[in-house]
Amino acid sequence: MSIVFERPHALIDRPLHYCPGCTHGIIHRLVAEVLDELGIEGATVGVASVGCTYNSYEYFNCDMVQAAHGRAPAVATGIRRSLPDRTVFTYQGDGDLAAIGTAEIVHAATRGEKITTIFVNNAIYGMTSGQMAPTTLVGQVTTTTPFGRKPELHGYPIRVCEMLSTLEGTAYAERVAVNNVPNIKKAKAAIKRAFQVQQERKGFAIVEVLSICPTNWGMSPEKSLEWLGENMMEHYPLGVYKNVELTSDGAK
Amino acid sequence: MDNQIIFAGFGGQGILSMGRFIAHAGLHEGKHVSWLPSYGPEMRGGTANCNVIVSDEEVGSPIISEATALVVMNQPSLEKFESYVAPGGVIISDSDLVPVKPERSDVRVFSMPATKMAYDLGNPTFAGVILLGKLIKETDVVGYDSFEAALKGILKPKKHYLIPEEMKALRMGADY
Amino acid sequence: MGEKILMKGNEVIAEAALRAGCRHYFGYPITPQTEVAHYMARKMEEIGGTFVQAESEVAAINMVYGAASAGVRAMTSSSSPGISLKQEGISYAAGAELPVVIIDIVRCGPGLGGILPAQCDYFQMVKGGGHGDYHNIVLAPQGVQEMYELVVDAFNLADKYRNPVVVMGDGYMGQMMEAVEFRDVERIERYDKPWAACGSEMKREHNTITSIYIEADVLEAHVNHLYEKYRLIEENEVRADVFNCDGADVIIAAYGTCARVTKNVIKDAAKMGIKVGLIRPVTLWPFPKKAFEQYASVPKGILTVEMSMGQMVEDVKLAVGGRNNVYFYGRTGGNVPAQKDILAEVVKIARGEGGDLR
Repeated sequence: MSIVFERPHALIDRPLHYCPGCTHGIIHRLVAEVLDELGIEGATVGVASVGCTYNSYEYFNCDMVQAAHGRAPAVATGIRRSLPDRTVFTYQGDGDLAAIGTAEIVHAATRGEKITTIFVNNAIYGMTSGQMAPTTLVGQVTTTTPFGRKPELHGYPIRVCEMLSTLEGTAYAERVAVNNVPNIKKAKAAIKRAFQVQQERKGFAIVEVLSICPTNWGMSPEKSLEWLGENMMEHYPLGVYKNVELTSDGAK
Repeated sequence: MDNQIIFAGFGGQGILSMGRFIAHAGLHEGKHVSWLPSYGPEMRGGTANCNVIVSDEEVGSPIISEATALVVMNQPSLEKFESYVAPGGVIISDSDLVPVKPERSDVRVFSMPATKMAYDLGNPTFAGVILLGKLIKETDVVGYDSFEAALKGILKPKKHYLIPEEMKALRMGADY
Repeated sequence: MGEKILMKGNEVIAEAALRAGCRHYFGYPITPQTEVAHYMARKMEEIGGTFVQAESEVAAINMVYGAASAGVRAMTSSSSPGISLKQEGISYAAGAELPVVIIDIVRCGPGLGGILPAQCDYFQMVKGGGHGDYHNIVLAPQGVQEMYELVVDAFNLADKYRNPVVVMGDGYMGQMMEAVEFRDVERIERYDKPWAACGSEMKREHNTITSIYIEADVLEAHVNHLYEKYRLIEENEVRADVFNCDGADVIIAAYGTCARVTKNVIKDAAKMGIKVGLIRPVTLWPFPKKAFEQYASVPKGILTVEMSMGQMVEDVKLAVGGRNNVYFYGRTGGNVPAQKDILAEVVKIARGEGGDLR
């Protein structure tokens, strides 16, 4: 018998603490699979942020650094500049990256830091129990927009990939989703490319992953996946927003 | 000897550099030195000053409370610092820029047209060095050779061609 | 013995860091410490080190946090309002036990305040301006030569104890020029960092740098561990310059520029028949309590002189422990206590005419 499916080595064999139906587990696995496939687990330093994934260092088998809220891109900058031969990634949520850490992500991108950012956008603050995120959709009900997000009161949701793709330092920006199997496959390919962009030192790479939060959305996991497809993708279209040619492209 | 010298004037006149030259020259002679600039908002186009101490002993406070000499290149600086000079001390001013003479009678006052002398030498930036010549002559704070060594140490090599002219200006100030 | 050269305090900070093996500097411009960044920008490019002009002080301290996590010697520098912004990162570095070096060239506040020299950051650096139970090691140079030595020591102490170390000087300490001799290369100590997050190369368990411990007992154990470390630092690393104190009538407690002015006051007072001693804390934390305990019975009392409304004086009072009168004299707003004004306070105290009793 041959093994055809197993836990990636870069993912520690430990129960995840995430809520039932949460898609962080899928995204963790995709990152770990990519680290395995590229053979870089031992050469990688990950940066955990603040939010539901604050302790993602308990799940990734590579070296990990926990950063203050929003500061992961700055911490990653410090690590990457100190370890020029290593691979560095940040794993951040929408509150962390697009609210309190807006300055850090924009400037890491515009400096063209050779880091890879996995940006999980589920349109809500999960850990602090369902407040409005910078990516919360217009009309979406949260604990701080109890009557729905109203642009005149709360402003508009931020499209991070579109914004960062305007910067010369951004080499790669793609938005993917994990609401069904075909999309999960595309998400993995995007994550892999985002690491390859860093390996070829092309610049800053970000993958925005549309994700769900059944607990704070107040829906079943199944319904949440549907809601993602029906509501989030309209405001956050999937696709590649910025790309550079890689030498590994030619090898294919 | 304990030389406590205040240099003061407008920003852009080279006041801070004048202090630096003297401090460097003092260090060249193995003296204890300190150089403390004003770095307040007045730097931008307003007044500039620095406190320079050249001493045989370790420097205590780098802030001068009683000056042995004052070199001034504008009227407000004279008004501000005249009272800092200890009796028997020296005030050296550029009479082209400081029209009013110091009121003190218990200090030695040297008021000289340094700016005009510098123009006559063909380089208006030499006014400061001319005043330094007088300072060195009257206080013996440093020797002329040490001053030349300081110029060599501070000026970029591509500016070293200026040194003979600077030294000429220094002597001219001393002999005024 | 090397050559003595005339340098600005801020330039010496940068040169000292380079000599201590720092190849990673992250900063943001603010007066009166900006020359540190100027020097670093030029030198780091020449020697292939890292200089990043960060988007904010917040980002800069977090870059240092990242670099220190990776195991390299890293530094940032700023001045008071910028330090307020860095406090978040400093607390995290203390919690995560990262060896980071922070330079604070203090200007007057609160708020935007002014750019002139002050010592009103004592509370925020010595008492822990960030959240949580922690201490920075805080070193206070009184001149350019000592600036060099303390910056090198800061890197050693940071690595030795895995703790943030602050070198704090008032604005004049950064702006003034004095002679410096880059001696004592043997001061530079090297420490292995098996804990660093620098890539496991699959040869060891993965390393984690973190300051979060979500379980009460686990966090308490971690904080207790930190305080064990602080106790060791208090035992081993206290430094003070005790000058002229035996037989003194009055003792002045001062650091930085105030200590320098006090040196002149001591001479002036001697001419009037008053013997004045000086206790100059070199480590503001750990505070040199024993030096104050030893001289607590000085006949006329202890005068604390600061460029603030009275911050260190609280630690002096604690150290004296009610055994003597502790007086205060301070100036603020960018003013420095003048020699003659300190002398006047000394004379009043020596004559038993009082003063600002704290």
